[in-house]
Amino acid sequence: MEYLPNIIFLLVLVAGVGFFAKNVKTLSRNIKLGRDVDVSDNKPLRWKNMARIALGQTKMVVRPIPGILHIIVYVGFIIINIEVLEIVIDGLLGTHRIFAPLGAVYDVLIGSFEILAFLVIVSVVIFWIRRNVIRVKRFMNPEMKGWAKKDGNLILYIELVLMVLFLTMNAADFQLQTIDALHYVKAGSFPISQFIAPIFGGMSEASLIVVERSAWWMHITGILLFLNYLYYSKHLHILLAFPNTYYGKVQPKGQLDNLAAVTAEVKMMMDPDADPFAAPAEGAEDAGEPDKFGASDVTDLNWVQLLNSYTCTECGRCTSECPANQTGKLLSPRKIMMDTRDRLHEVGENIDKNKGEFVADGKQLLGDYITPEELWACTSCNACTEACPVSIDPLSIIMDMRRYLVMEQSAAPSDLNNMMGNIENNGAPWPFNQMDRLNWKNES
Amino acid sequence: MSNELKVPTMAELFAEGKQPEVLFWVGCAGSFDDRAKKITKAFVKILNKANVSFAVLGTEESCTGDPAKRAGNEFLFQMQAVTNIEVMNAYEVKKVVTACPHCFNTIKNEYPGLGGNYEVVHHTQFLKDLLTEGKITMEGGQYKGKRITFHDPCYLGRANGVYEAPRDLIRKLDAELVEMKNCKKKGLCCGAGGAQMFKEPENGSKDVNVERTEQALDTKPEIIAAGCPFCNTMMTDGVKSKEKEGDVEVLDIAELIANAEDL
Repeated sequence: MEYLPNIIFLLVLVAGVGFFAKNVKTLSRNIKLGRDVDVSDNKPLRWKNMARIALGQTKMVVRPIPGILHIIVYVGFIIINIEVLEIVIDGLLGTHRIFAPLGAVYDVLIGSFEILAFLVIVSVVIFWIRRNVIRVKRFMNPEMKGWAKKDGNLILYIELVLMVLFLTMNAADFQLQTIDALHYVKAGSFPISQFIAPIFGGMSEASLIVVERSAWWMHITGILLFLNYLYYSKHLHILLAFPNTYYGKVQPKGQLDNLAAVTAEVKMMMDPDADPFAAPAEGAEDAGEPDKFGASDVTDLNWVQLLNSYTCTECGRCTSECPANQTGKLLSPRKIMMDTRDRLHEVGENIDKNKGEFVADGKQLLGDYITPEELWACTSCNACTEACPVSIDPLSIIMDMRRYLVMEQSAAPSDLNNMMGNIENNGAPWPFNQMDRLNWKNES
Repeated sequence: MSNELKVPTMAELFAEGKQPEVLFWVGCAGSFDDRAKKITKAFVKILNKANVSFAVLGTEESCTGDPAKRAGNEFLFQMQAVTNIEVMNAYEVKKVVTACPHCFNTIKNEYPGLGGNYEVVHHTQFLKDLLTEGKITMEGGQYKGKRITFHDPCYLGRANGVYEAPRDLIRKLDAELVEMKNCKKKGLCCGAGGAQMFKEPENGSKDVNVERTEQALDTKPEIIAAGCPFCNTMMTDGVKSKEKEGDVEVLDIAELIANAEDL
């Protein structure tokens, strides 16, 4: 029975990491439902973007208050992982504070973890106040009702509880060290938890050990539960921000891709020698169904766009900068990303339920999630892509869906049909004759 | 003082066996819109004064396809692009200047993939270069000390990272450059981009151009400077809707310079 805690710990760890691995697999499968896209270019710039934007948080501090608070939570998250490593080793080997022999270094480490944990608590409380008391406008949009609101708060509660457990564990440990309890080596410095320790002042050694052990176990199982909660929440950005900034757009923001399928057809139309009735060349791939132009569902989007949707943490900076949204239109770039993710999740579950095959469910991203009215309100100004702290591109999804509406459904607003008719007939968006293009020269 | 404008076409120069240094891409607004035609002429006056070797395509120019592409009609865009590229390549165009940020963005970024590779500059960049090279001089003139705010066109600013050329020119006028609440990277759209110019806005609480004009008027400007014919229209309409047209002028950077030089 001596090894029972070690065995239980091993089982908890394997279950936690195992379920997470399974979720990662599903996540990756879902992202790969997207069309292929070549992102093998500009590698040095991509690495630089990742280092600057994800690791360096450069876009977060554009808004200094949430930016700095976020950096605290982010640094806390990364640094405290060193502590998690110690906890895991202790749990598996049945040791206590295995890194203690580091001496002064260990004191500095534990001390800085404590200060970070305290700052994280402060930041999380301020974040909660911003969402629930100050009610910052960008958290109040229609798409933030219901689950999105609960999800946001739940993440803050979990982070708060994890930090409180960490400090409680240290406080009890500090108290045990003071009374020279067996196994509790004198190690670490406790700049924050020494102020909590007096609460446990009158407790017996046995009770203190119960408190310490409980906090220790709840802390590590809490972390494993949080890890598994990621997949069901908006919080995946803590992992996906890195690949997402790497694969983010490296071209000028104004550049839209030229659809290759269209280029092929246009080239053929412009080529006087082309024979439109020619049989496909020998060995050419069977054309089958012709390429669909634009996107009506998530599988028409490319995998970077789908990765974007999982990376979105619903901060709403895009929506708050969107000129359409600011002037009361239905469009919200954040909703475009949330809708894409929710539909992708639905498609993924459909595939899981039907033994790996997607069974038509009579739904699609266009219409059932995103309405044409939202799509037509976009001015393509790139305020949303500039605002996003993790290089998400809602504009590319909006444009792909417009392409579907126009090229597959001829469903453009009538004003735009007039404009396009004019371009087609006389080479200008207005009904002026191309032969009059230089008349301005002689007008006074 | 209306000196006749010298506006050679590529075809004319080609017939004489000449090749201009730069193609001035006028664009649809610059060719047909009454307000934008004034910008075109102001820019040509400066080109003439600086003795720049340029030409226009005239009747051989056609819409770049930008509004069609942003409206989702990739077919129409590529048809326009391929046709324009054929014309430009036939004239062996190397460098293009345009006063329209939409044309600028499309030719610079989206034409190369379809076979059109040119050095493309916005007219504010071109004017800045003329100034640096000493081909034009600016003395401030009538704009000395005036409060001017600059509205960043999305397709020049965020889309292509050009923020300073227009501002440098305004400063050269000895004017007082005042910035709006949202400027440069955070500039607010005028509401015309993405083919919005050609349709009614969706239902909302306000028009985008009115929102932006309010930001501009908050700076108490005497002039709102623009660098895009569509922004110009939107801001002019916005100023009218606030009944401020008597107090605030909306002018293109090229017009500011031409006026300052009494051209």
